[in-house]
Amino acid sequence: MSLLEIENLTAFYGDFQALFGISLSIDKGETVAAIGANGAGKSTFLRSITGLVQSDADKFLYKGETLKGKAACDIVGLGIAMVPEGRRLFPSLSVEENLIIGGYNQRPGNWTLERVYKMFPKLFERKDVAGTALSGGEQQMVAIGRALMSNPDVLLCDELSLGLAPIIIKDIYDALPSIKAEGISILVVEQDINQALAIADRVYCFQEGRISLSGKPDDLSKDQIAAAYFGR
Amino acid sequence: MIEWANTIIQGILTGGLYAMFATGLAIIFGVMRLVNISHGDLIVLAAFVAMVVIETTGVNPFVSMIAVLPVMFVFGYFLQRGILNYTVGDDLLPPLLVTFGLSIVIQNVLLEVFTADSQRLKAGALEIQSLQLTEGLSIGVFPLIIFVTAVVMIIGLQQLFNYTRLGRAFRATSDDAVTAQLMGINHKHIFGLAMGLALVLVGIAGVLMAIRTNFDPSIGPSRLLYAFEAVIMGGLGSLWGTLLGGIILGVAQNIGAKIDPGWQILAGHVAFLIVLVFRPNGLFPRTRDD
Ligand SMILES: Nc1ncnc2c1ncn2[C@@H]1O[C@H](COP(=O)(O)OP(=O)(O)OP(=O)(O)O)[C@@H](O)[C@H]1O
Ligand SMILES: [Mg+2]
Repeated sequence: MSLLEIENLTAFYGDFQALFGISLSIDKGETVAAIGANGAGKSTFLRSITGLVQSDADKFLYKGETLKGKAACDIVGLGIAMVPEGRRLFPSLSVEENLIIGGYNQRPGNWTLERVYKMFPKLFERKDVAGTALSGGEQQMVAIGRALMSNPDVLLCDELSLGLAPIIIKDIYDALPSIKAEGISILVVEQDINQALAIADRVYCFQEGRISLSGKPDDLSKDQIAAAYFGR
Repeated sequence: MIEWANTIIQGILTGGLYAMFATGLAIIFGVMRLVNISHGDLIVLAAFVAMVVIETTGVNPFVSMIAVLPVMFVFGYFLQRGILNYTVGDDLLPPLLVTFGLSIVIQNVLLEVFTADSQRLKAGALEIQSLQLTEGLSIGVFPLIIFVTAVVMIIGLQQLFNYTRLGRAFRATSDDAVTAQLMGINHKHIFGLAMGLALVLVGIAGVLMAIRTNFDPSIGPSRLLYAFEAVIMGGLGSLWGTLLGGIILGVAQNIGAKIDPGWQILAGHVAFLIVLVFRPNGLFPRTRDD
């Protein structure tokens, strides 16, 4: 049984349909990538999982139980944490407070401030400044740490590389294997195809609200991916 | 000379009461971006609730708070969850209109139930006791109690906002209610708690006001105005700014009244305008823009 199992998910913004029948599953400990161009619906899909966007699906199961109708604020308590697009740190909170509030739901587990600081030592040096005073890369580290503080079983990452220099992106992505080693399932959304393919066990390609291709990175050719990404 | 010193000290102490009116308003705006037009009427409502508690149980006004404050908290929580949560959002206008309506409803209900008669809560000898500072200079014990209460209130709120789990949730929700939900924060509940907390402050302010001055169902809007002026002068960056705003208002009113009794209210408004001319964002502006 998959940890997260979604079949035929649709989502709307008002009258505008953003997702048309997405089917996707994630196993325990698996790293899955969702790639796709601007506006393909990747963020909307993550927001549907976290309950921020209303959606409907034939099957919407997490650990065998349905997520349908669950309030957004109850999802993280089930073990699904999100690193949102654009990091979205809380400006009124210091770096450390941003991390602490990640554990607001008090779900048991073994992530602590110390462990996050060990993973991202730069954050410890700047723990008392406003989260939004950090560089983009450091903010992304806070956003990841904040999500980990909720002791998740599934980590949803929306465009970790957005707006960051390649060398910083590498720092960020280097943290993922150690998170994966904890048995946490990871779903990364990326426009940066190479980055996504390098870490993913499986990949889904989103195109205009549908999944145009899926499989293991090694089984897919560059041409196939390009076609699925950009459309024909 | 000593007379002027007296006037200014009285003004400062009066400012404590205005600051107390204003803290609740500042919190409601700070957490929910909600401009609460019914704030003054809620202060008056609290005074009437206290009056009922006192008339039915015979306790003194301070003790009545044991009943008044929980009532106000519960009222605030459900007011927020039942009505106001449906109005908050990017647009400031809907909550403005709804709380304006609430203001009118509260005034009319109070008028219907309690008539337009002027009321006062009695706190006995405390009301007239005073401390002699020097020859000719004395301060009323009760105004001093109000001022100290305002200061304690602000310190307490700062501790709550800066160092507690609930305080972090208030700040995070105020920053970004959507992302707060990803942290497991139920923003509707947090908003309810913020309104409940604000109405507890309103309850304290309402009871103390009702001991200090006469009240009737119509005085809410002028209390709202004082609270507004204190908050705006303070500048939304810090509750100490709100206290300072209240003090400026109180001092200006007392000086105005000393020159000519008819100038009391006007002098406060003039001081407000002068502060805004020189500091359009108030004395302690919010440092970040959002
Ligand atoms: N709040 C919203 N209201 C209305 N339409 C929206 C909203 N958010 C997104 N959309 C639309 O939904 C579609 C999918 O957007 P989404 O943000 O999910 O794409 P994305 O794949 O994450 O793109 P990007 O790579 O740019 O982040 C787009 O057409 C977008 O314009
Ligand atoms: Mg996106």
